[in-house]
Amino acid sequence: MMGRMTNPTPRPQTMAEKILSRRGTHTVYAGDLAVVEVDQVMVVDSIAQSFIQRMQQDLGATPKYPERVSIVIDHVAPASTVSVAQAQKEAREYAAQTGVRLFDVGRGICHQVLMEEGLARPGWIVLGSDSHSTTYGAVAAFGSGMGATDIALAAASGKTWLKVPDSVKVTFAGDLRPGVTAKDVALEMIRRLGADGATYQSIEMHAGDRFTRGERMTLANLCVEAGAKAGLVVPGGEILTAYGYDIPEWVYPDEGATYVQSIEIDLGTLNPRMSAPSEVDNVFDVAQLREDLRDVHVDQVFIGTCTNGRIEDLHAAANVLRGRRVAPGTRLLVIPASSQVMEDAMADGTLLTLQRAGAVLGTPGCGPCMGRHQGVLAPGEVCVSTSNRNFIGRMGDKDARIYLASPAVAAATAVMGRVALPEDVPGQGEVA
Amino acid sequence: MARIWKFGDSVNTDDILPGKFAPFMAGEDVFQTFAFHYIRPEFAASVRPGDVLIGGRNWGLGSSREYAPQALKKLQVGGIVAPSFARIHYRNLLNLGIPAFEFDLTGLLEDGAEVSLDVQTGVLTHAGGTVQLPPPPEFLREALAEGSILAFFKKHGRFPGEPA
Repeated sequence: MMGRMTNPTPRPQTMAEKILSRRGTHTVYAGDLAVVEVDQVMVVDSIAQSFIQRMQQDLGATPKYPERVSIVIDHVAPASTVSVAQAQKEAREYAAQTGVRLFDVGRGICHQVLMEEGLARPGWIVLGSDSHSTTYGAVAAFGSGMGATDIALAAASGKTWLKVPDSVKVTFAGDLRPGVTAKDVALEMIRRLGADGATYQSIEMHAGDRFTRGERMTLANLCVEAGAKAGLVVPGGEILTAYGYDIPEWVYPDEGATYVQSIEIDLGTLNPRMSAPSEVDNVFDVAQLREDLRDVHVDQVFIGTCTNGRIEDLHAAANVLRGRRVAPGTRLLVIPASSQVMEDAMADGTLLTLQRAGAVLGTPGCGPCMGRHQGVLAPGEVCVSTSNRNFIGRMGDKDARIYLASPAVAAATAVMGRVALPEDVPGQGEVA
Repeated sequence: MARIWKFGDSVNTDDILPGKFAPFMAGEDVFQTFAFHYIRPEFAASVRPGDVLIGGRNWGLGSSREYAPQALKKLQVGGIVAPSFARIHYRNLLNLGIPAFEFDLTGLLEDGAEVSLDVQTGVLTHAGGTVQLPPPPEFLREALAEGSILAFFKKHGRFPGEPA
C-alpha cells in the first residue's frame, strides 16, 4: 500500500502535500496515506497521565528522541486540586526520568511556549495533544492535534501516520481598517467555511506580507474550529525577517496546486466579528450584537489564551483601557499567554495600564478557557472572551453564555459593561 | 437488545465530557459518570453495555481529549453512528476500539429504539428491518485486525501500511 514509487509526472503541490512529502518516504498527494517523521511532540498536563500510561504500560516504550518531546504544564497551572497536583508531579518525574523537555507552571500556554522556544519551525511537523496545535502553521509548520494514543505512538516511534489532507485556499485581499484584527479575520473565515467546512482538510492561507507572527498564530489557531487538520500560512512579512527562521524554498505551495475550495476574504470591508453562543461558527457583526444585547450586562471579560494572549493582544486591550476603568459589576481577567509575554508587557508598562484600569492579572497559562479554574462562570452569567470556544458549559455552568471576540472588543466591553466596540468608549483616542 | 441514544448535530467534546471532569480533575475512577453531564444528565446512570449512540453531522468536534471517548468506553457504549465525525475524535474512537460508523440513522430511528448491532459485520437490526453500515476505512482495517493501533505497533514495531 505504501510503495516508494514517486509519481512519474509530479503534479504541483499544496503546502500540506509538500511538507508531508518531504518528511515522509515519497511524494504524496491529497488522499494518500503517509507515514512521516515528527519533529516535535507536545504533551499537556491534562493528558500527561494517559500519555505515560500508554508509553509505559501499553507500549513498553520510552521516547525515541527525547529532545523531540516537550511536556507543558499549562491547562491547570498552578494546580487547583490534589489530583491535579499529583498528575503534574508525575509529569515532572517522567520528564526527569526520560530526558524530555518540561515547561513548568507559569512558563505559559503550550503553543506560545513552543513557538517562543523555536520548537516549531518552517517545514516541520509538530503534533500536540491539544486541538489548537494547528497554531504552528503560523510559521509554516504542519501542526496538528491528536489524542493521547496517537501522541504516545509519535513519541515512541518518532513518526505518525495520517491521510494527506485536501486543501482549502484562503486568499486575503486589501488591508484591515483600524480596530479590525486577525481575530475578526479568523472568525470571518470560520463563518464562511462553517464548523465542519474544512474537516480533514488543510487550510492554506495566502496573506502576502500581512500579519505579525502573533497574528498568524491567531489565524492558524482557529482553523481547527472549522474542523481542519492543519492551518498553514504561506511565509511572508516578519516571518521572513524577524525571527531568524531558515525557510526552505520547497515549503512554498506550487503554482497550479489542486484545492478543493478557494475563498477570498476582503480585509478592507471587514467589520469586527463576534461568535455568539454556543458554536464558534455562529458569527455576527459586533455592531449588530451590540444592538441586540444593549440591555445585557456582561459579568466577565477574559483576555488571554493561545488564541489571543500575546503582546499584540495586550497592547490592543491597553490602548482601549488606558486612563479608563472597568465598568462596575464587570470583572476583567487578563492572563498573558507566556512568561515572555508577561515580561514584555511588564517592561513596556502595559500591565500597569491594565492593572490601573481594574484588570485582574493571572498566571500565564490557559486560565478559565475550559472551565477548570481561575474564573469559571455562574449560572446565567455572560462572558465576552478572546478564547476559542463558546460551547455549552465550556467555562463553567451550562447556563452561562460565552461570546468570542478580539482583545479590542473585549476591552471596550469591559469599560462599557455591555457588548461594545472600541469607538463606543467615551474619549477613545483622546488620551495618549 | 441495545438501546438507541439519539443526539443532534455538532455534539462536541465538551458535551461528551466537560473539561472540568477530566480524569485528572474528577478522578480516574469516576470521570465517566459525567458523560453528557450537561446535555443528557441521565445518560451515565442509565446507559447499558452495548447501547448505541446516533447523532447528526460533525460528531465530536472540538478538543483532542481522548478521555471523552474513554468515558464512553468505560460505560461500554457499543458503537457510535453519525453521518460525519470530527477528525481528531474519530481517530481517538478507533484508537480506543470504539466502533464508529459514518452513516445517518437519525431519520430512521428514534431515541429509545431497541436495536442490535453486529460490530464485525456492521449490520444493525431494528424493529423495521436491517441496515448495513459502511465498514471502517481500508487503511484502518489492518490495525483493527490486531485489536487496536497500539497492539499493532507493539507487535510489528511500525504503522500499518509502513514498509517493514
